[in-house]
Amino acid sequence: MSHVKPVLHLEDIVKTFPGVRALDGVSFSVMPGEVHALMGENGAGKSTLMKVLGGIHQPDGGAIFMGEERVVMSGPLEAKAKGIVFIHQELSLAEELSVAENIYLGELPRKSFGRVDWVTLREKTDAILKKLNVAFNARTRVGDLSIANQQMVEIARALTVDAKAVIFDEPTASLTDAEKVVLFDVIADLQREGVGITYISHRMEEIFKITDRITVLRDGQYQGTLETAETNEEAVTQLMIGRKLDLSRNPSHHELGEIALEVRGLSCGSLYEDVSFHVRSGEVVGFYGLVGAGRTEIAETLFGLRTPSHGTILLEGEDVRLNSPADAIAKGISLVPEDRKGQGLVLGMNCRDNMTLPQVDDLKAGPFVAEGAEISIFDQYRDRLDIRTPGWKQKVGNLSGGNQQKIVIGKWLSMKPSVLIVDEPTRGIDVGSKSEIHKLLRSLAAQGYAVIVISSEMPEVLHVSDRIVAMYSGRVMRTFTSEEVTEDSLIQAISGLGGDKAA
Amino acid sequence: MVTVSRREIGSMLAKQGILIAFALFMIGFTLANAKFLSVDNVFSVVRSSAILGVMALGVTFVVISGNLDLSVGSMMSFSTIVVLDLHDKIGPALAIPAMFAMTLCLGAFIGFLVGYLRLNSLIVTLGMLSAIHGLTLTYSGGQNMDIADKEGTWFSVFGQGAILGVPTPILMFLSLAALLGLVLAKTPFGRKVYAVGGNGTAATFSGIKRARTVFTCYLISAGCVAVAGLIQASRSLGSQNTVGQGLELEVLAAVILGGASLMGGVGTIFKTVIGVLILGFIQNGLLLLGLPFYFQFVVTWIIIILAVWLDIAAKRGKLWSPIA
Amino acid sequence: MQPGALSKALKGGAIWGFIVLELIFFSIAGQFLSLSDTAFMDFDNMLLLLKQSAPIGIIAMGMTIVMVNGNIDLSVGATFAIAAIVLLDSMTWPIFAGLGDWVIPVAWLLALLAGTAFGALNGLIVWKTGVDAFIVTLGSMLGYRGIVFLFNGENPTSHLNWTLVDFAEAEFLGLATASWFLLAVTLGIWLLMTRTVHGRNAYAIGDNREAAVNAGIRVGPHMMINFAIIGFLAALSAVVFYSESGSVNPNDGQLYELWVITAVVLGGTKITGGAGSVIGTFGGVIAIQLLRKGLGHIGADTSTVNLVIGLILIAVLFLDRQLNLKGKEALRI
Repeated sequence: MSHVKPVLHLEDIVKTFPGVRALDGVSFSVMPGEVHALMGENGAGKSTLMKVLGGIHQPDGGAIFMGEERVVMSGPLEAKAKGIVFIHQELSLAEELSVAENIYLGELPRKSFGRVDWVTLREKTDAILKKLNVAFNARTRVGDLSIANQQMVEIARALTVDAKAVIFDEPTASLTDAEKVVLFDVIADLQREGVGITYISHRMEEIFKITDRITVLRDGQYQGTLETAETNEEAVTQLMIGRKLDLSRNPSHHELGEIALEVRGLSCGSLYEDVSFHVRSGEVVGFYGLVGAGRTEIAETLFGLRTPSHGTILLEGEDVRLNSPADAIAKGISLVPEDRKGQGLVLGMNCRDNMTLPQVDDLKAGPFVAEGAEISIFDQYRDRLDIRTPGWKQKVGNLSGGNQQKIVIGKWLSMKPSVLIVDEPTRGIDVGSKSEIHKLLRSLAAQGYAVIVISSEMPEVLHVSDRIVAMYSGRVMRTFTSEEVTEDSLIQAISGLGGDKAA
Repeated sequence: MVTVSRREIGSMLAKQGILIAFALFMIGFTLANAKFLSVDNVFSVVRSSAILGVMALGVTFVVISGNLDLSVGSMMSFSTIVVLDLHDKIGPALAIPAMFAMTLCLGAFIGFLVGYLRLNSLIVTLGMLSAIHGLTLTYSGGQNMDIADKEGTWFSVFGQGAILGVPTPILMFLSLAALLGLVLAKTPFGRKVYAVGGNGTAATFSGIKRARTVFTCYLISAGCVAVAGLIQASRSLGSQNTVGQGLELEVLAAVILGGASLMGGVGTIFKTVIGVLILGFIQNGLLLLGLPFYFQFVVTWIIIILAVWLDIAAKRGKLWSPIA
Repeated sequence: MQPGALSKALKGGAIWGFIVLELIFFSIAGQFLSLSDTAFMDFDNMLLLLKQSAPIGIIAMGMTIVMVNGNIDLSVGATFAIAAIVLLDSMTWPIFAGLGDWVIPVAWLLALLAGTAFGALNGLIVWKTGVDAFIVTLGSMLGYRGIVFLFNGENPTSHLNWTLVDFAEAEFLGLATASWFLLAVTLGIWLLMTRTVHGRNAYAIGDNREAAVNAGIRVGPHMMINFAIIGFLAALSAVVFYSESGSVNPNDGQLYELWVITAVVLGGTKITGGAGSVIGTFGGVIAIQLLRKGLGHIGADTSTVNLVIGLILIAVLFLDRQLNLKGKEALRI
C-alpha cells in the first residue's frame, strides 16, 4: 500500500468550540478505490470532522491533503470543486424543484446571460438516473417522490462531478433492501473508478459487507484504524465505547400485575391495521420493527394525537376515547416522544419549567404558579434520575442529550402515569447514559408502571423487554416472550417473513 | 481567558443592551437639554406613549406565542370610532362595555383563525388590517366622529383626567403593564404562552392546548386595543377613521426593541415597556434638540436594526452573519 | 393521477377561476346595480383596468421573487415615494437646466438608481447582519418614509413636464404606456425566474436554505440582488405613475405593501418561500384590480373594497389549508 498515495488525508485535525474540544488530533485517510468506514457514537466527532473537510468549519490545527497537495477548504463550493462530494443523511433537497435541478444544485449548466442550459441539464441527469436504475426522470418534482427516492436523488449528486472522494453519511437510513443493492452497486462502480469513499454508518452488517477499513472516533479522539477483514463487530464496538456494552438479555422478572392497557383491533387509515396487544403493570413491552412499521403512530394514537379509524383502547378494562394529549395524560398515559428536541422539550426554557409543563395548571398558589412546589418536584426527579445540571435555571438546550432525555422522562414520571410509553429512548445519547436509561426503565417496571418501549435497536429491545411485539408494515407479526425470542426469529418477523408460523 | 471574558462582556452588553441604550439616550438628551428630564416633560412623554404602550402590551403576548398581530392599528381606529358613536347614542356607561365586546369579537375571530384553524398569522392579520379598516369606514360612513357635548361628559376622564396629579392614561398604562406582567411571568397561562411560542409541538406533546393559548393571546391583544381606543377617544372626544393607521408597525417596533423574538418564546412585559419608552423619549428628545419631527422615523429605523442585530450577534458569537 | 395532483391543479388554476367568477358576478350584478350604462366587460374598461393595475403590478413582480427567495419587503411603499420625489424634483435641479427635455431620461435614471440603491441597502443589511427580512424592512419602512417627509415636510412635491405627460399618456397598439411597462416587467421577471440560474437558485434558497448553502450557492448575494430588483421595480412603478400625474404627496405609496403582498399571496406564492410564479402573481394583480373596479361599478365604496379584499385574503388561506388537509388519521399537533 505504501506506494499508493491517499486521495484524501486529514492529519491531526483539531477543532475546538467554546468549552468543548470537538476534535483532538484526528487523522483519517482514504485510498483510491477504497471504502473506508468512519464510526463512532453520536457526538464522537464524525460530523464535525466532515464539516471541517467540507469547509463549513475551519480547523484550529492540522492539515488536509488531497494527493500530495495541502489544501485549505474555504467552503462547500471549494470542496466540491476539488472533487469532494457529500451525501448528507438529512435530505438536503429543495422539494419544489425538479430532480435535475436538485442533482445539479449550485452548479446548473449555464448559457449566455446567466440562462440555464436545460438541454444539457436533462441529458446529464437522465444519464445519471439510468445508472441508478430509478423509476423517475429529470423533470419529476422532488416533493412528489417517496423518501427513499429522494435519498436516491441525494445519492445521484455524487455522480455529477468527477469525484475524487465521496462521503456517504448514513445513506441507507430510509432505503429498502432493493434500493440498498443499487446503492452498493453505485459504490462499487465508484470504487472501480478509483474514487475514495468514506462511509459513515451505524449498521454493522453494512460496514462489514462493503468496507475495506474502519476508523473509529470516540469523544473527538482518534481510536484507531482496523482492517475490516481482520476484525469483528465486538472489537469495533469495544473501540467505539471504550468497554464492552452490556447486551445481556433482560435478567430479572418480577411479579406482573393486572392488565393496565389493552388494545383490540386498532387501525388508523393506512398507517397501521388491526393491532392488538396488552401491557400489564410491572411489565416492559418492547415494540420492534423497521422505521415506518407504524410503531410511533400507535404510540401517538394512544397519546390522543391521532384518531383511530377502528378498534378499541381499554385502560384497566375500561373502554376509553382519547381526543387529545390532555385527555391521555388525565387518564394516566404518558409519552416520551421520539424526537426529543422537536417534540419533547422547549429548548429555550429552563429545566424546571420543562419538567413541570404538563402539570403547570395544577401547581397553583392562588392565581400564580407555585414555584416552590415546582422546584421541589424538580429536585426530587433530579436526584432520582441523577440529572446532571448546574441548577434548575439552566436552559435545557445547554444540557447533553442524555440529561435532556432524563428531563423528559422526569417530566412524565412526575405525572405519576400508569402507562409510560417511551419512543426511541436512547437515540443520540452517549453509551453511559444509555445503560442508565435502560436500568431506569427496568426499575420503573419493577415499581409497577406498565412500560412500552419502542426501539429500532435490537440489543436495546432484547435488553429491556419482558415481551417483544414485532411489527412489519403496519401489522403486528408476532409477540415474543423474552425466553423464546432469538435474534433470527425477530429479524424474520420484522422483515415480514413468516412471522406467524415461526416457532 | 481574555477572549472568553470579552465574549461574556459582549453577551452581557447585548443582553442588557436595551437598558444601556435607554440610559445613554436619557443621559445624552439631558445633557443636551435640561428640560428633558423635568417632571412635566417626562409626564408628557409617558402620556403620549400610553396609547402605543397599551397596545404593545397585548402584542407582546401574541409575539411571544409565536405569532404576529398587524391588525391592532386599524382595530384601534375601530374601537375609537365605535365608542365615540355609541357615546351619544346610548351614553358612555353602556358605550364602553359595548365597544369592548365588539373589539373582543374581532380579537376572537383572529384568534380562531390563527389558533384553531392554524392559518398564517402574518397574512391573517394583514387581511384583518384591511378588513377592519373597511368595517370602520362602513360603520362611520366615512365621516369623522365627534361627541356632541364635549364639555358635559365624564367620558373625558380616561384621556384627560388625573389622579393625585398623575394623568389617567399613564396610570392605566402602568397598571395594565403591572397586571399583564404578572399574568405573563407568574401564572400557568403565561408559562403556556412561552411554551407554545418556544416550541408549539413540544407544548402539544405536554398536553397544553395550543389553540386555546393562542386564541387567548389574541383576546388579550384585542382587550388592550380596546383600552387604547378608549384612551384615544376620551382624549380627543372626536376622531378620524384612520386614527390608528400605521400604529401596528410602531407597536411592533416597540415590542421588537424590547427584545421579543418574532420566532416566539422570548420577551417580557417589562422590556416591552422599556421599548415603548425609548421610542417615546427619542421622539421627544429629537424634537427638543430642534430636529424635524420626521427625523425620529429614521432614528427608529436605525435603532430597531441595531437592537435586533446586536441581540442575534451575541447569540451566535459573531458580529457579522455567516451567510456566504 | 398522483395523490395531491387534483388539489395542486385546483390551486394552480384557482386564481384564473376566481377572475372568471369575478367577471361573471360583476357583469350580472352590474345589470341591476350599476350606475353607469356601459357594461362591465367592456373592452375599453378592461384596457383601463390593465393600466390601473400597473403601479401595484410592477412592484408585485419584484415581491414575487423576494418572497420565493424566502424574504419579504415591507418598505416598497416608501421606496416608491422616494423614487417619485427624486423623479419630480431632479427635473427642477439647476444643474440640469440646460438639458431641455433630455432631463427626462436623466431624472428617470436617477429615480431608478435611488430605488435600486434603497432596495439593495435592505438586502445588504439582511445579508450582512442576519436580521430577519421582516424586521429589516419593517424598520426601513419607517426610516424610508421618514426620509420622504424630511425632504419636503408634509407638502407635496410637484413638477409637470408636458413631454413626459404626453409619453405617459401615449398609447401603442391600443395599450397605454403603463400597461406596456407592466407586461414587459412581467415577461422579464418570468424569464428571470424560470430561465436563469439566478432565478432557479432563488427558488432553491427559499425552499431549503441549508441545502442551498451546502450546495455552495451564495445565498447572500442572491438575496441582495432580489432586494435590489424589488427596489428598482418600486422605482419603476413610481416613474411610470408620476410621469403622468406630476405631483407626489409624502403619504403616497402607503399600504402599497399590503396590496402587493395580497396580490402575490392570492397568486399562490408560498409565504415561507420556495414556491410561486410570476404568472400567478399577474393573476393576483388582475383579480384585485377587478375587485376594486367591479365593486366601484356596482356602487360600493372604498370601505367595502377594503373589507372584501381583507376577507378574500383570509378565505384564500383557509381554502389552501382545506385542500392540504391530510384526513382524519393525521397527527393533531
